[in-house]
Amino acid sequence: MRNKSRTRKRANSIRQIAIQVASYSGEAYIGQALGVADILACVFELGIQTENDRFVLSPGHYGLALYAANADSYDFAELCTYGKDGSVFEQSPVEGIPGVEVTGGSLGQGLSQAAGLALGARARGGAGRIFCLISDGELQEGQTWEACLAISHHKLTNLIVLLDRNGVQVDGRTASILNVEPVAAKFTAFGLDVEEVDGHDLDAIEAALLNAMDPANINPRAIIFNTRLGMGVPEFENASYPHYISAASEVWERALHLLQNEPID
Amino acid sequence: MISLSIYQVNVIVPPAKIIMSAFSDVLLSLGETEDNVVVLAGDLARYVDVLPFAEQFPDRFWNMGMAEANLIGMASGLAKSGYKPIVVTYGVFITRRAFDQVAMSLTTAPKGVVLVGFLPGITCRFRATHQPIDDIALMGSLPSMTVVDPADDRELQNAVRSAVNSSHPTYIRALRDAQPALPVRNENPQDCRSVVLGDKNGDLAFISTGLGTQWALEAAALLRASGHTVSVLHVPVLKPFDRPAIVEFCEPYSQLVTVENHIAHGGLHAAVASAVVSTGIPARILPAAIPDAWPPSGSTDFIRKEIGLTAESIAELALKV
Repeated sequence: MRNKSRTRKRANSIRQIAIQVASYSGEAYIGQALGVADILACVFELGIQTENDRFVLSPGHYGLALYAANADSYDFAELCTYGKDGSVFEQSPVEGIPGVEVTGGSLGQGLSQAAGLALGARARGGAGRIFCLISDGELQEGQTWEACLAISHHKLTNLIVLLDRNGVQVDGRTASILNVEPVAAKFTAFGLDVEEVDGHDLDAIEAALLNAMDPANINPRAIIFNTRLGMGVPEFENASYPHYISAASEVWERALHLLQNEPID
Repeated sequence: MISLSIYQVNVIVPPAKIIMSAFSDVLLSLGETEDNVVVLAGDLARYVDVLPFAEQFPDRFWNMGMAEANLIGMASGLAKSGYKPIVVTYGVFITRRAFDQVAMSLTTAPKGVVLVGFLPGITCRFRATHQPIDDIALMGSLPSMTVVDPADDRELQNAVRSAVNSSHPTYIRALRDAQPALPVRNENPQDCRSVVLGDKNGDLAFISTGLGTQWALEAAALLRASGHTVSVLHVPVLKPFDRPAIVEFCEPYSQLVTVENHIAHGGLHAAVASAVVSTGIPARILPAAIPDAWPPSGSTDFIRKEIGLTAESIAELALKV
């Protein structure tokens, strides 16, 4: 039996690190980082098992979440320069920053690159799984669907699509700007097997990942995670403009304090 | 209420005739010697001479269909997996349809992906849709991208070989029809560099690239017949641009003509002008190029007449006072 508190600790750690890092400049894509912290905790604890496994972040704006998940491999003081002039840790990261597999800020491009990695891994003999996080806004980009065609056509079962469905994009609710629903039916129509889970229920996330990682799967798999921007910090969850948050230092301090006191075990 | 019945038509697609060409030969040869070379098509495989490779190396060929944005992304992923992808389709589709994908996935962290664009400039009769008159400008504007416009089979093969060995992306224009071999002396089979053709120190001078070099040589032949001596500097690599060779060649002249199968702005003319303007060489540089308008539909010869790029027009330009 796995120790479930490990993913819980990891998710809390991702949130705390993201808050700490963001507090230095006082503004960040913190809503997204908190929103996918639970998904990333499970992927990094459960999914990424060998050096052949890769995590591809398609929406570059979520870079802070990825940095926080990989924080052990960075110098923390350097990480805290996030978003500042000259920092290695760009807000929308470019490929080549340690842990960053693709340049993803021009949205909708990560899934194709993940598909290329999956095709390459399979052609080389099959080792390694590719986990690709995409956002629901990216479903408005045609390339995402071109990628789904290819993933399905080539039966890339070593690629797992992780959709963050937070329902928000720059200009407001995705449903009001350009509705992408019904997403599950669309993925199914493209030939992917789909599972839909609460993106903040760690047990459900783990179970869905294990299903997706089953070597007996015949079709590639997408997991739709229903998430909330800013999850874990009510002030950010209820922010008037959750896409990009700028806040005074006491807000960041309160948020950190809240997470430090979150019951984990 | 109209009831729609779903019916199937048996579409007969004739088996593709496998065309052997200088390009298919170089792919086959690289397939033998380089285990990591893979070829990706975006439909059109039968028209871009990749079928011999596909037949010989079926595990290293993928037809990604008409989805160029995804095609480039997957090529990038394959490159990250240790492969050397050669992406082959029409120049218009690689450069225009997937410009941001090329920029983001191939040049922000440069990868040795080879992009081969067929039907360059006015070598296709479909007006605008299949005429990449702007591809050198587009690809040349991207950091780390190498851009090559070969003029004959040997140069196309050399460009592909050299691109496969590069850790950076390369865009190569590919002429489908065999061209007369350039009259190059002392050729190095791996070479793809600027070379002076025709007379040494001619009284008239052209600088040209790609199919434009064939046109410049035609114009030079006409001018020679009327008693002139003519030098042609052929420049196959547009980026990185061989500025020293250009400046050295231009130095003795007060007037030169650039010849290219591309629009003048963002192409060879702009590059030559930019190289020369800061040197103090007082040369007038006249463009023989595709004008700032979509060329008409038709054969290459017809279009050349319509837009003033015949050998006669180019020769006249060289004599313009």
